[in-house]
Formats: sequence, structure tokens, C-alpha cells
Amino acid sequence: MTGSFVKPLDNLPCHRLDLGPDVPLPLDCGVALSPLTIAYQTYGRLNADKSNAILIGHALTGDQFVADTHPVTGKPGWWSALVGPGRVLDTDRFFLICANVLGGCMGTTGPADINPATGKPWGLEFPVITIADMVRAQLRLIDHLGIDQLFCVIGGSMGGMQVLEWAARYPERVFAAVPIAASARHSAQNIAFAEVGRQAIIADPDWCDGAYALEGKSPQRGLAVARMAAHITYLSETALHRKFGRNLQGRTLTYGFDADFQVESYLRHQGSSFVERFDANSYLYVTRAMDYFDLAADYGGVLAHAFRGTRVRFCVISFSSDWLFPTAESRAVVKALNAVAANVSFVEVESDKGHDAFLLDEPDFHATLSGFLAGAADHRGLEKKAP
Amino acid sequence: MSEPATDGRLMRVDLRLIADMVEPHTRVLDIGCGEGELLDHLNQTKLVDGRGIELSMAGVRSAVAQGMSVIQGDADTDLKDYPSGAFDYVILSQTLQATRDPKGVLTHMLRIGRRAIVSFPNFGHWRVRWSLLRHGRMPNTENLSYQWYDTPNIHLCTILDFTDLCRSLGITVERAVSLDAEGRVRYDAGGLLANWLGEQAVFLLKRG
Repeated sequence: MTGSFVKPLDNLPCHRLDLGPDVPLPLDCGVALSPLTIAYQTYGRLNADKSNAILIGHALTGDQFVADTHPVTGKPGWWSALVGPGRVLDTDRFFLICANVLGGCMGTTGPADINPATGKPWGLEFPVITIADMVRAQLRLIDHLGIDQLFCVIGGSMGGMQVLEWAARYPERVFAAVPIAASARHSAQNIAFAEVGRQAIIADPDWCDGAYALEGKSPQRGLAVARMAAHITYLSETALHRKFGRNLQGRTLTYGFDADFQVESYLRHQGSSFVERFDANSYLYVTRAMDYFDLAADYGGVLAHAFRGTRVRFCVISFSSDWLFPTAESRAVVKALNAVAANVSFVEVESDKGHDAFLLDEPDFHATLSGFLAGAADHRGLEKKAP
Repeated sequence: MSEPATDGRLMRVDLRLIADMVEPHTRVLDIGCGEGELLDHLNQTKLVDGRGIELSMAGVRSAVAQGMSVIQGDADTDLKDYPSGAFDYVILSQTLQATRDPKGVLTHMLRIGRRAIVSFPNFGHWRVRWSLLRHGRMPNTENLSYQWYDTPNIHLCTILDFTDLCRSLGITVERAVSLDAEGRVRYDAGGLLANWLGEQAVFLLKRG
């Protein structure tokens, strides 16, 4: 294992919004959270009537550095290929906003922060948060920026859950919504995988019942195993086979338990590099938020009721080889939207790259997204180039 | 729905006829919209709130990439998801004969929409009749150019058959036109002559 996660403090190259004790954030669990910091990044320029803003929701292990060189890893942002002048998320036309989620560990308040009541890191004292809570925090940011209506909310995976939450809860604040490789609820299989990850962390003696920061320790092994297991669910068998097959690291088998196979070495690398940029307790909280997400449950068990009378324009996108958020989940969302005669487009992109396809170079995906955004922007009356 | 069920040249004419039947600023659902040719035309010329359903993913991708609201779906299974009265027009062009349950599809169309527009190839056309009479084999005409074993057209009908179905479902025919082999509007499809001479028919239908 290499270096462990160090909570980035005030020196992150992004914006931050600090909300004091006068404006606590009411959470689903009943706690009013305060103070609250929201770390966010923006690209492009907000136009005069503030109508060209796109809010991007990031996935479980993503963050607000959508298209920057990441300040911790030094790697390109997770959607660098999509963001820029003339690109799919055209920074000449749109103003992009992405905030680190509530409970995250890249600047927004989360379990690694200091609990003002105790002067110690929150750890497991941090309240359990939900996708709805993350969106409430984002709403505070959008209010702060003076934006009445977002042109679009877009996101993949957990980001797509946020998109659905936004569209259901605050339809008047959203003109268009693009949930990608997402679902209106975490399935039993998804909860099961999340639980494996959490148990790996909890089983690490260095986790110290969540108080590892006080003990000067870090459950790196547990977190790395959680990442390794999760990473498999982001790929597909075809993609793994194409990339690694049964190829060996060395020339022969070692008859031991080192990483004989390239796929093992790859996963170990994924695990060990992840622990440098992610907090173990954040991983517990954010996966829990995904588990708790069940949009229909708040609407009498009928998903369509979440969207009744909606005027939001939807574009639902799934990937054919995604088995973590399979097309059937997207189709269920489309079915619910049809039941209320919502304006919805739905495309299943052919790809053998699994769930991670939404982060990769998929021309059909990019063309679909680009076309949808252009069409919606015309309907919204946005200039081709923000003045 | 993925493949054009009839000749492309005729298709264009029936789309234009359909478009003429749609009032401006209305809500339109185009079932089997392909790459969205008709939807795009209606969006541009009639400023409709247009949506599409298309079976082929390639068609859907292309339509969405052009900015149209289209979902991947199947007329036979997905119409039940839509609420009653959600659209002013529900359009089905050259697709009814390729559905498994034309009666169910038609019923849903007039539940979802105030009006329905249906176009289909007329199996009563004289060329079809002549082809069967002369060759004793399943008709293979310019307008219906598939072999019996690979045709997507599993529920072909004549204009009279279609009119009978509408009557039995209590559907009012507001307008009916048929097109001749050259794609010209020639006959009021209500008449017997149309069933002999019309290669295709376009019906504007209304509930009750």
C-alpha cells in the first residue's frame, strides 16, 4: 500500500460555500447539520439571465474535478473528454457546476471533518445521509448562485440518482434531466455489493470503529478491498477478458499468492491508488446513501407519482453491458415517465464496457447526449455562445 | 418497425399526407418513428410537442441525437404505459400490419390520443389480387416486396377490412384517402373503388 488519504483542507483549487449555524441543513435522519461546507467547481460562464447552468452529479467515488487535472491524483478529470468549448458539455454555451457530495471527502462536509461539538473528527458521529440530503445541499448552492432554474441536471450512476431526485423533488428548478446508467432505487444486488465493501472496511483493525483519524491510523487494506470488489462491478466480463484474459504478470505461475495474473495486479493497483484519494468513512456513508435510495417509496410505491405533471425534459441513457445498473432499471424510469406523459427520450447505448462506459469514449453516448442537450437548449432559447 | 415496410418513395408521400392532417401546436405521438423524419417535419412546420417510439435502437439514437424526444419501445407492449388522452394525435405509419395485435394497438391509440392517424398498404389493390390470381403464390409487388417467410407484415388487410375494424371498435373515420401507384392522392378511401385502386391508405380516426 502506498500513501493514505489525507483530508484536503482549505487549499483545494475550487470554490467553496460555507453555510453557518444560522442555516442548518435538515437531513432525512432528523438531524439539522451545521456548519456545512460545499466544495464545488465550475466551467464556462453563467449568462445574464442565469439560464444556462448545468449541474453535474458525480458518482460514488467521483468528485467536483470533472475536467481539471485532479489536485490529489494528478490525473485528468473524470469527464474531461466531454467538457470544453464545442464539446458535448460545451463551455461556450453552458455554465457547468459540480459539487462534491454531502458526506464526501473532497472538501464538502463529511465524516472526516471536525465535529464542532466535540472538536474531533465526526467519524461515526456523522449523521447518516441520503441522496435527498445530497440534493438539498446542492440546492443550497444553486440558491447561493442565484439560479432559479437549472438548464439541466446530469449525472451517471449515483449522479443519476441525484438527477432523478432533483427532477422529482424540485421540478420547477430543472428544465432538463439526464440520468445516465442509473436507477430509481438501489437493487438488492447493489446493496449486497455495497455491503461487501463496507464489511471489508469495518473488518480492517485499523478502522478503529470509525475513529481511525484519532488513532493516527487508516483502514487502507479494507478500503482497498472494497474498491477492488466494487471495481469488478463497474466492468463487464467481456471488457475484463479483452483487457487481461488469463495473461500472467511474469512468465510462469509462482505457485503462491502473489499477483500471478494481470487482472489481479490491476485490481490491486485500483485498490491501492484509491486509498490515497478517498476516506474510508466517506465510503461507508456514501454507499449507505445509495442503498437507502428508493424514489418510489416516498410516493406510495408508485414511481410515476414522483413525476406527476412534470414539465422536465428527460433523456434516460443506459449501456447494454452494464450489469450494476442494467437497462431494465432505466426502462422502469422511462415507463414511469410515460405513465405521466412526460417528455422523455431513452437510449440504450451498445457497449461491452460495463457500467464504467459512461466515463469512457463512447461515440453513440456522446452523440445522443450532445443532440439532446442541443435540442433542449434550443427549446430553452439559449444562445449558441453564452454572451 | 425497424425496417421500412414499404417502398421508400411511397412512404414519403404518406408522411406528407399525415402531416397535413395534424393541426399546429398539438401534442403528437409517432409510433414507429424511425429516425424521426415525420417528427422533425412536424416540429418544424406545425410546432407540435412531438414524441416518438421506435423499435430499433439505431433509429432511436439517430432521432435523439437530432434533438427529438424518442424512446426505444414496441407498439405491441408499451402503449399500455401511456395515460388516456395524453396526446392530440397518435400516428402509426406503415406499421399496423407489422404489429402482433393490430386491434389492441388501434384501441390503445385512440385511448391515448384524441385522434389517430393510420397509414397502411392496401392488400385489396388490384395488383395484389392479380398477382395471387395469376401466379397462385403470395403476392410480391413493388409495394409489398417481401417473401411470405421473411415479411414483417404479418397482419395485412384491405381498406374494407380496416374500415370494418374501425366500425366494430366504434371508431369514427374523419377522413380517409388512398394513394395510387404513383403516390398521388386519388381516391376517397371510403369508396369501393379505392379498395381496388389504392396502393396505400391514410385514415384520420376519432373516438366514438
